Amino acid sequence: MHELSIANTLVELVEQQLPSHSDSKVRSVRLRIGALSCVHRESLEFSFELVTEGTLLQGAYLEIESVPVTVYCPVCDAVEPLEGIQSFRCPRCQTPTADIRSGRELELHSIEVDTVPV
Amino acid sequence: MQPRILEVRTQILKKNDELARAMRQEFEAAGVLVLNLVSSPGTGKTSMLRETLCRLLEKGYRVAAVVGDLETDNDARRLAESGAPVRQIMTHGMCHLEADMVKKHLAEWDLNSLDFLFIENVGNLVCPTSWDLGESLRVALLSVTEGEDKPLKYPGLFNTSDVAMITKIDLADVCEFNRGKAIESIESVRPGMRIFETSVKSGLGMNEWIEFLQRARSQRLSKIELQTT
Repeated sequence: MHELSIANTLVELVEQQLPSHSDSKVRSVRLRIGALSCVHRESLEFSFELVTEGTLLQGAYLEIESVPVTVYCPVCDAVEPLEGIQSFRCPRCQTPTADIRSGRELELHSIEVDTVPV
Repeated sequence: MQPRILEVRTQILKKNDELARAMRQEFEAAGVLVLNLVSSPGTGKTSMLRETLCRLLEKGYRVAAVVGDLETDNDARRLAESGAPVRQIMTHGMCHLEADMVKKHLAEWDLNSLDFLFIENVGNLVCPTSWDLGESLRVALLSVTEGEDKPLKYPGLFNTSDVAMITKIDLADVCEFNRGKAIESIESVRPGMRIFETSVKSGLGMNEWIEFLQRARSQRLSKIELQTT
């Protein structure tokens, strides 16, 4: 359950983005998670709900965008998406490659907050 | 109330990543090669590490280890039998080590007086994946009793590792371990990965492993010297 550690860090990070002394409520949090990051979506959602209780993030919607794994193939000289994470081969020419270009993301992309009109 | 979108675009584990980067620089400046050992529970990390510590000590290297477990300091005591300084990190339920935990437990050691530092992670093939500990090399261990397809089941961890080690190779026949299939699984999730096959009990593969460590350390050091001159 390392998702709990990630959720805790995430709350801390989101709170840092909010203007100080504000009580802006966070509506949604958008993440980009790579298929290789070993994060279990449901566990993260569950942990997020748990750790946001009583914070400005309480009730916020957690939007998770899955980032596919892409690799660079030196033979095709192209970045290609992997068909599965069990086989690191170029899907076009089957050359083995460990040159990963995306798929390890564990990124806080953006947050949506309610702002009080001045 | 007007909703507003704030773009952040930052790594969630940024704090850990930054600390790990600073630790890596500190390790490199001190000339210590740091290895992060990861595997499932029962693969034989502690036995392998104790044997590695003993062999490096015999060769005159200055070695130390930190070991992570949920509870008990049993592993630290087992490792200390080698004569090397060892510290136990008790995570009390946490399934992986994070950079600040390692940093805290290194505080009393002078890194300049070490050649090798080993970090034995909590036995787990999933959770340690995302936490950089500032290591020079990550070593994923797999024992012959576990099944040849383990790398395919846990591609994330094997993929982020630099070296793979198949342990308890002396039991391969009894376990009907298919060596070719295991190597194929590792190659499949991390093409070109360096693979060691070892047995602490029979000593098989241990010389190659120790020589690799010595070479990795001197290569790392000469790389740093090249950068600074």
